[in-house]
Amino acid sequence: MLRRRPLHPAWWALALAPVAFLGLFFLWPLLTILGRGLVVDGHLDVAGAWEVLSEPRTGKVVATTIWLAVLGTTGSLLLGVPAAYALFRLRWRGQKVVRALATVPFVLPTVVVAAAFSALLRPSGLLGHFSLDQSLAAVAAALVFYNVAVVLRVVGGTWAGLDPSTVAAARVLGASRWRAFREVTLPALMPAVASAAAIVFLFCATSFGVVLVLGGTRVSTVETEIYLQVNQFLDLRAAAVLSILQLLIVGLALWVADRARKRRERATSGRRLDGTRAARRRDLPVVAMILVALGLVLLPPLYALVERSLRTASGHGFDHYAALFQQPGRSILPVPVWEAAVNSLVTAALAAAVATVLGIVVAHLVTHRSRRSALLDTLVMLPLGVSAVMVGLGMLLTLNRPIFGVNIGGSWWLVAAAQAVVALPLVVRSIVPTARAVDPRLRMAASSLGASPWRVWRAVDWPLLRGTTGLALGFAFAIALGEFGATSFLARPDRPTLPTAIYRLLGRPGLENIGMAFAASVVLAIMTASVMMASERMRTQVGADL
Amino acid sequence: MNDSTLSDAPTGTAGTGLEVSGLRVTYPGKPPVEAVAGVDLGVAPGQIVGLLGPSGCGKSTLLSAIVGVVEPDAGTVAWDGVDVTRTPIHQRGFGLVFQDGQLFPHRTVAGNVGFGLDMAGVAREERDERISELLDVVGLAGYGAREITELSGGQRQRVAVARSLAPRPRLLLLDEPLSALDSELRGRLAADLGEILRRFSMTAVMVTHDPREAELVCDRVVRMRDGVLL
Repeated sequence: MLRRRPLHPAWWALALAPVAFLGLFFLWPLLTILGRGLVVDGHLDVAGAWEVLSEPRTGKVVATTIWLAVLGTTGSLLLGVPAAYALFRLRWRGQKVVRALATVPFVLPTVVVAAAFSALLRPSGLLGHFSLDQSLAAVAAALVFYNVAVVLRVVGGTWAGLDPSTVAAARVLGASRWRAFREVTLPALMPAVASAAAIVFLFCATSFGVVLVLGGTRVSTVETEIYLQVNQFLDLRAAAVLSILQLLIVGLALWVADRARKRRERATSGRRLDGTRAARRRDLPVVAMILVALGLVLLPPLYALVERSLRTASGHGFDHYAALFQQPGRSILPVPVWEAAVNSLVTAALAAAVATVLGIVVAHLVTHRSRRSALLDTLVMLPLGVSAVMVGLGMLLTLNRPIFGVNIGGSWWLVAAAQAVVALPLVVRSIVPTARAVDPRLRMAASSLGASPWRVWRAVDWPLLRGTTGLALGFAFAIALGEFGATSFLARPDRPTLPTAIYRLLGRPGLENIGMAFAASVVLAIMTASVMMASERMRTQVGADL
Repeated sequence: MNDSTLSDAPTGTAGTGLEVSGLRVTYPGKPPVEAVAGVDLGVAPGQIVGLLGPSGCGKSTLLSAIVGVVEPDAGTVAWDGVDVTRTPIHQRGFGLVFQDGQLFPHRTVAGNVGFGLDMAGVAREERDERISELLDVVGLAGYGAREITELSGGQRQRVAVARSLAPRPRLLLLDEPLSALDSELRGRLAADLGEILRRFSMTAVMVTHDPREAELVCDRVVRMRDGVLL
């Protein structure tokens, strides 16, 4: 006898919201890009796509993308692995502060990082006379600045959990310190290093804001080339073809990262233990050397940014900050910078709210593992593997015309929708582990006591999820505040967000404009950092009363 | 000052073996914990001493200080009258068998047993010969190519013992080598262990909290409580 498979109507009804949202604002735009790139006048046109790909300019752009990613990854590892030892394997007083400082760059919006390096490297900057402005080295340095924190997190966590007895075992068998490191510690660390390298490579290869600002006209990667094709040459087709190419590069990097992650999970499947040790006097030279190297990479750009934001024609002062409240010349920016900041806050609030609500729904739906929940999970994670530039370009191609008679092109909330698409995977990733950790017997107990599914969720799941959700909301807000890739395609010139305003100001000549850009960057950095810190605090407080 | 290494240490048979005197180890904290509070211990060459005591009495710390993993705050560790307290761990020529084996997960059985020989730069043929000799002694002949993950708990401890004996240590320290195993296996392995150590005329100190086990393996038993020997 055939048994009908259950259809789970309630599950699908709830799933409709995230699926419809991602379908309209992500899948459809993405498919449109593919169509634009490969189909002309209704039939497949591979030759035309090949024409774009075989241009010498394309080859140069791809080479630059890969070369920059290699440089950024190598630099991040060379600095990050020793720093992971000093900051995670050893214990010393004041370490927590240094750790927090070292992770600051990662939460800074890309435009701020770009502005900071620009402040450092401009002809009038601290390192101005090396003429590194618009050089490959400058972009690579900014990528290292940004990604050291990733290496620290991934490698540091593993290193802190390595059993020191294994090293002791090697030492007792006659291995010197160095040999014990090479023969025992390094092999145990390798999966984490490989995993970090793959992630950093991915971030570098898809980096947009940093390359666009610092590379100027001389250094361009696939991502910035897509932007230039759209905004300067108005060649949407070339942009679409390049997007498909970028999709392949990112897909490859993701595949490698996933394999490295699985190897790492296998390697660390054993028990977690505390492998840290208190630093001794003889560790001092090594730790000092590592900290100086870290400081030399992380501090000068931040110092330069703040200093330049205060530097005026006649000395130092808050003139540029005051200028944020005045209307600059119409050709420079159509609204005062404070209005762009308000735009940013409103858009980011909407984006964070949408991403968090959808994130809670998705987390609830994928808590029980099944085939349909795996499918939904994959769909929600897809935007991670597609660069923000492509999300923006896709929405520009699809939604800039009337849909069902409604013209939504140029609506300000399109920007929020794009930002929500970018933030959603991270929101889901932070809520799902907590949702899965809720003991299913608690839910059973509640329903056996007469609670409806909604009441079960309200009474059991929600109180346990609240803390993580607050954190996810904060992250989503911070990501949306700093989002530049998708926003740069969708924000209307007369309604800029803070990042797009900064980008415009950086590109205009004149000391006042540049100074305003730096002041606005400092404001944006403070906004993002305080949102991040507030949500982290919220989590620890909630964690305390759990 | 003594700067003794494995190569220039006296090797005469008239040696006095291990001499620990006035050893103290304090762990920092509030308040600081004195894990080893002034220990004197002598072990004659060829003797196997059992160190018996409740958990937390400092016996593992004492062992770690002798082998050099932990730095003592006061006192000396000497071998045949030569002070080795400041000698780096890898040059003391002392072997250590860990409670949980601490086999290297990325090396095969033979790779583990041969590790100490690799560090000493032993020639390949001699190394391979020594590995199969030791695997034979611990009852794992032919297991050389196996992965560590394929072994049972008892087999792992046998590999750990073989690995420690391979570079011919002057002194072997065993930190509760059988405590992770189930009781039936423990009795059998304890008897084997005593036999293996005597066969190589090893000088050894074994930490345990099981008096029966100490009796099976050791020539002499000392008891420890609250950081001091009784």
